[in-house]
Amino acid sequence: MPLGLQVKRDVRYIAPEVWFVPVSVFEIWRVFILKIKNQEDFWAGLMFVGFGALAIWLSTDYPMGTASRMGPGYFPTYLGGIMLTLGAIVALMSLKSEGGGKITPFAWKPMIMLSVGFVLFGWGVDHIGFIPALFGLSVVTAAAGQKFNVVEVLVMTAVLIAGAVGIFIYGIELPFPLFWWR
Amino acid sequence: MEADIISNLALGFSTAVSPVNLFYCFIGVLVGTLIGVLPGIGPVAAVAMLLPLTFNLDAVGAIIMLSGIYYGTQYGGSTTAILVNLPGESASVVTCMDGYAMARQGRAGPALAIAAIGSFFAGTVGTILVALLGPPLAEIALKFGAPEYFSLMVMALIAAAVLAHGSMLKTICMIVLGLLVGIVGTDVNSGMSRFTFGASGLADGLSFVVVAMGLFGFAEILSNLQDKADTASRDILNQKITGLMPTVTDMKAAFGAIVRGTAIGAFFGTLPGGGPTISAFSAYAVEKKLAKDPSRFGKGAIEGVAAPESANNAAVQCAFITTLTLGIPHGATMALLLGALTIQGIAPGPQVMTQRPDLFWGLIASMWIGNAMLVILNLPLVGLWIKLLKVPYRFLFPAIMVFMAIGVYSVNNLDLDIYMTILFGILGYIFLKLKCEPAPLILAFVLGPLMEENLRRALLISRGDPTVFITRPISAAFLVATALLLTFMIIPSFRKKREEAVADSEAL
Repeated sequence: MPLGLQVKRDVRYIAPEVWFVPVSVFEIWRVFILKIKNQEDFWAGLMFVGFGALAIWLSTDYPMGTASRMGPGYFPTYLGGIMLTLGAIVALMSLKSEGGGKITPFAWKPMIMLSVGFVLFGWGVDHIGFIPALFGLSVVTAAAGQKFNVVEVLVMTAVLIAGAVGIFIYGIELPFPLFWWR
Repeated sequence: MEADIISNLALGFSTAVSPVNLFYCFIGVLVGTLIGVLPGIGPVAAVAMLLPLTFNLDAVGAIIMLSGIYYGTQYGGSTTAILVNLPGESASVVTCMDGYAMARQGRAGPALAIAAIGSFFAGTVGTILVALLGPPLAEIALKFGAPEYFSLMVMALIAAAVLAHGSMLKTICMIVLGLLVGIVGTDVNSGMSRFTFGASGLADGLSFVVVAMGLFGFAEILSNLQDKADTASRDILNQKITGLMPTVTDMKAAFGAIVRGTAIGAFFGTLPGGGPTISAFSAYAVEKKLAKDPSRFGKGAIEGVAAPESANNAAVQCAFITTLTLGIPHGATMALLLGALTIQGIAPGPQVMTQRPDLFWGLIASMWIGNAMLVILNLPLVGLWIKLLKVPYRFLFPAIMVFMAIGVYSVNNLDLDIYMTILFGILGYIFLKLKCEPAPLILAFVLGPLMEENLRRALLISRGDPTVFITRPISAAFLVATALLLTFMIIPSFRKKREEAVADSEAL
């Protein structure tokens, strides 16, 4: 049990021994990040380092072989190494470089809506049929935009479904069930 | 030799003018233009999205239609650039400046016409170049062994990094990432599943449609939804377009620009890694340098429309030279076209020309026919394109999403493909945020498996001795060229020029 927690009765109280190290590490990190001028390159570099490390780690499961008889692990391990090195250089250079700027905020709502729409479609075609899946995709996707007028969206969805069924089911005969009763 | 080319072209035209193939070419060009006109969806996403339309066609019809879509989008992009001041895709960024200025002066007609004429001229020259250079190149390529192919691909990828926008180091990282993404799937030699996380749907590797749609379609829509407050800012030309044809003075002024633009486009188009965007940009810069009065540029100089439009179309055509003869795509769209060939059961490479002459020459002939169609089609349809541009984005993006979803799903009828598209879409959105160029990634993704296989073979033959890449002359030449490209990048003055060019094109 952590030292500080059992002494004090106040549940909100967490002893300094517990929080001091993580909080100060976080604080140093935060100040350090804020000082970097080229945020884009810094995070890009970190991302590449991450992907490189992931590739190397995953490749440890595959036999390396030798240069003359390359195993399945050979190529990805080397690629991962190159990526890790270059990514680290990108991140380090961003500490000094002048150009580049802050990263603009992420558009969370569209990101979630578009993803949900796609998942609905991917899962839906086989389970509830092409037409309901398209309906879900179109309506949820439309909700990602700034304006959402129910009548407008329903009309648009109807047009899209009619077009898609015409082109893909009757036109080029893709083998999708139209509804859940097939 | 010449007789050969004529008989080959005759075979090509007889294939291409069959009513069915003419129809596919027409549909491809029409649909391509339609999508190219819409801002925010580029050629890569367009070709990927429309790929399922070709599944039921034979190989010749499919490739004719897809290439029609490709140059259709390219051309549609310029229509939007001229009429709305929005580049339909990146290669028409420069066209905006003088094209839109001309349109505001009431000269949209001549601007569109000169773009069409320039593109047609460039397309014709490009077609001839493909016919002339294709066969000898394919002959050389047949002599290539594993080391040559590996070095060639290294060169293509480094060239793509040098010619891409933005930081070169980051672009090289994107290339390596693309190679890693290409590894996903079953290793052909050991039968081992790599990077699949146990998902059986990934055993055959990721489909390029998934990666392309995610990085170019899904991500693009996300960033559009964030940036643009619907279409309020769209400045659609409401004036009536009068006088379509350019005057004699226009033609005289534009002629030189068209010829120079074509030459520049042909050069960059043939280079692996070079593409329409850099061609258009260089052609514009050259015209501005050569002009007696550079201040006219940006204010409606007809050369400023003619040169980049000819250049990007020449580049599009010439991209087919290396793609078809070597089987090595040098851009994301070309990678998609080769992928389509693979789906049709044709292994891309120099042997295509001898084994399927009807396909090769039919495609070349249809390229010319397609370009002619573009000229005939576009001028009368301008009114329709203007109407299309008035459709608000809030109706467009759900439609694009629907087509993308169907396109992805129909490749393998696999829901996992849809989920992977989301993953790549979000990844692509992060790349956009971090200013990492996604086009080289896709190129590397397609080349990845080929590269690994050729590296393996090369080292197997040489018993693990890596000097094999520099002791074989052709392979050494490719590597020397790669080294030169890289040294150029380190030379400060050249680097500054490139950075200026990149900054300029971003400011546009």
